[in-house]
Amino acid sequence: MDPTAAKYIGAGIACIGMGGAGVGVGIIFGNYLAAALRNPSAAQGQFGNLIFGFAITEALGIFSLLIALLLLFGL
Amino acid sequence: MKVDPIHQFEIQNFWPLFNLGSHQISFTNSALYMFIIVGVASALLIGATTRRAVVPGRLQSIAEICYEFVANTVRSSAGTEGMKFFPFVFTLFVFVLFANLIGLIPYSFTVTSQLIITVTLALLVFFIVVGYGFWKNGLHFLNLFVPKGVPKLILPAIVAIEVLSFLSRPVSHSVRLFANMLAGHITLQVFAGFIIMLGSAGILGLFGATLPFIMVVLLIALELLVAFLQAYVFAILTCIYLNDAIHPGH
Repeated sequence: MDPTAAKYIGAGIACIGMGGAGVGVGIIFGNYLAAALRNPSAAQGQFGNLIFGFAITEALGIFSLLIALLLLFGL
Repeated sequence: MKVDPIHQFEIQNFWPLFNLGSHQISFTNSALYMFIIVGVASALLIGATTRRAVVPGRLQSIAEICYEFVANTVRSSAGTEGMKFFPFVFTLFVFVLFANLIGLIPYSFTVTSQLIITVTLALLVFFIVVGYGFWKNGLHFLNLFVPKGVPKLILPAIVAIEVLSFLSRPVSHSVRLFANMLAGHITLQVFAGFIIMLGSAGILGLFGATLPFIMVVLLIALELLVAFLQAYVFAILTCIYLNDAIHPGH
């Protein structure tokens, strides 16, 4: 296979990992919203935890995006 | 017309200053923008607090909201003992926030899209956490890696995982901010490129070009949110890591 083509295919495959991060972030915000509707008065206090969980989950998706960007532009 | 989405992150040398070994140290556009960020942030916060009124004006309430916001974050995630690190966290928050916001201005340079900048900030946080943790708790700081109530059999594996996750913190801390800014600005550039490509394709293309144009406007709004959110995430993670140094042991 042409190395350039393999590089682009690899970058595309690396981006699949972001789907997992998408699922994770969706679960976090969905559960937060469900809990916030049940008990709106406690929602504000959990905002920090929400953002923290979001950041931790998002980082894993960002890593796969980084691999894709490295393949496309860095290497 | 070819659009190069990576061009905006190029470092340009303005004044070569001196050579350090084989490395050239020069005043670059990155350094210029860091001076601008510090200047704007200092001017805003100093200007807001020179005339301190009991009933705050518009400028003073911006500074007060910023202060209260970061102070509440530090207090809730690192405890009242963490408030001695408040100046550090506030500086990091304001620097990253202004770097992200100034980077959103078209034709400007985003300092936080350079990995070296975010790694420097993340390593600064990491070494402060390690240094303060050992200075305050001595070897008790190592309790951080030994969770309580874990069966003896799997304890070595848990400790190995804890050490690994502790060591990977500066990586994820820096790469998160860097990759968010990089990806956001590349996306903006790519969609802006679609406008030019469609717009140069005749009268039908001009109608088609309105779609990516609307998209760019929406993306700018999203990036504004991301700029604030990432600064907040950077600050809150700093607080959580500092909390480990202040109160080790789960």
